Amino acid sequence: METRKKDKSFWTQIPDGAWMLLSLAAAILLWIFIASTEAGGVVFAEPWEVFAKLVDKVSDGTLWQHTYISLFRVIAGFSLGFVISIPIAFLMGWYAPFRNVVAPWVQFVRNIPPLAYIPLVITGAGVGEKAKVIVIFIASFLVLVVTIYQGVCNVDATLIKAARVLGASDKDIFFKVVIPASTPFILVGARLGLSASLTTLVAAELTGASKGLGMMIQKAQGYYDMATVLLGILIIGIIGMLMEQLVKFLERKLTGWQETVQ
Amino acid sequence: MAGNSAVKVKIDKVEKVYSGRNGDMIALNGVSLDIMENEFICVVGPSGCGKSTLLNVIAGLLEPTSGAVYVDGKEVRGPGPERGVVFQQYALFPWLTVLKNVQFGLKLQGVSEAESRETAMKYLKMVDLEQFADAYPKELSGGMKQRVAIARAYAVNPQVLLMDEPFGALDAQTRTQLQSELIKTWQEQKKTCFFITHDVEEAVILATKVIIMSARPGRIKKIVDIDLPYPRTQEMKMELPFLDLKSYIWGEVYQEYLEVRK
Repeated sequence: METRKKDKSFWTQIPDGAWMLLSLAAAILLWIFIASTEAGGVVFAEPWEVFAKLVDKVSDGTLWQHTYISLFRVIAGFSLGFVISIPIAFLMGWYAPFRNVVAPWVQFVRNIPPLAYIPLVITGAGVGEKAKVIVIFIASFLVLVVTIYQGVCNVDATLIKAARVLGASDKDIFFKVVIPASTPFILVGARLGLSASLTTLVAAELTGASKGLGMMIQKAQGYYDMATVLLGILIIGIIGMLMEQLVKFLERKLTGWQETVQ
Repeated sequence: MAGNSAVKVKIDKVEKVYSGRNGDMIALNGVSLDIMENEFICVVGPSGCGKSTLLNVIAGLLEPTSGAVYVDGKEVRGPGPERGVVFQQYALFPWLTVLKNVQFGLKLQGVSEAESRETAMKYLKMVDLEQFADAYPKELSGGMKQRVAIARAYAVNPQVLLMDEPFGALDAQTRTQLQSELIKTWQEQKKTCFFITHDVEEAVILATKVIIMSARPGRIKKIVDIDLPYPRTQEMKMELPFLDLKSYIWGEVYQEYLEVRK
């Protein structure tokens, strides 16, 4: 018991920042090691090659163009999905006829990978921005609707009763009880929706685009330019992490009132 | 309670039938009761005797299958500000601070921010929690939460206070403390109280009248006047008149438990 306690306190004394550096260093070492082997070297460019590519593409401005257009697609598709999913999810939660008609189709489409219906979207909307935004919209919308709907269903009935006996109208109950009570689920939906958006982004861009991180990866593959491929992957990963941090920040701000088990 | 002859709440042949998969379940079978102004009614009875159903009907949260409830001669057709409710599960809005919870009902009635704040603080002082005004419910203990819920119910100044096993989830010590506080508050600001409990001792220490309900179908079995003087103290629980009443009521309730188990 005594030693276990000491042991635990040793690890907990290391600050979070140090852990992050340690983790990063371990990953880079592993990377260098794999790149130096014969089989690994075929796939993984050396870290400094990737870094050189980064400097290259930043200085000629192409990296920013690719990143900008990809971010635009993700944000446009996701925002559209977010704005439309909220009323749909609330309607599903509150009106049984609407739910009975819509819910089976949401479940049905949700299980189809976006890659499968990309040809349909491209045929309908062309290869331009519209098609990419539509695909990302569908992917994030479905995740958001399912998660937020879950939240609306889980609103504590006693809270609604409590509001009603204090004189709340249906409108009051919707805006002052159901919406705040569902906020945690809306934010979880946002997190899952953003990650679905990023996943779908690459798929959408692989099918044909002149710019975008997915396209950059695709093109580089053709020239056997593995450093650029890795660079693209890393940037997508970093964007994903930054988005997650943003949502986590919002969660702390907006849903700090929640009782947590921890 | 001499001098209070006005009927505040009239329960008139209330019947409530739940239709379920296994046929109809009669929750309330013709319950009639006159509750006088400023009376403190405690309802005891085995689980499933329809106590909560009756409270919900008075609150206007449930519609009776037949019969009606009148408050000041006016038929109840839904919740109203003249009837406050305190729930066993506290039902505080977790996203609002303690103060905002107490203000909730006042603001629904269109009371200004400043005025509702002042009133809310007054009632928080009444339950001795004014220093927790800016805390969130998750930071409070169960007993404190219930005190906030009581303050919230009082803040809109209802004439009838309906309480559904409000102290049922609390430990024995907190419960005794809240009982004393409730008696004190009731003596200072007279209200007609309708209090459900499964604890006979609690019923006797609080009530002017104890209603014993019988189960399946739920109806009133006996009405027992509790003519112990106020202010009631915890010491009274050791004294003979109290013990006589308690054992008499307990015997009646126990008979009903046996009936239910058959």
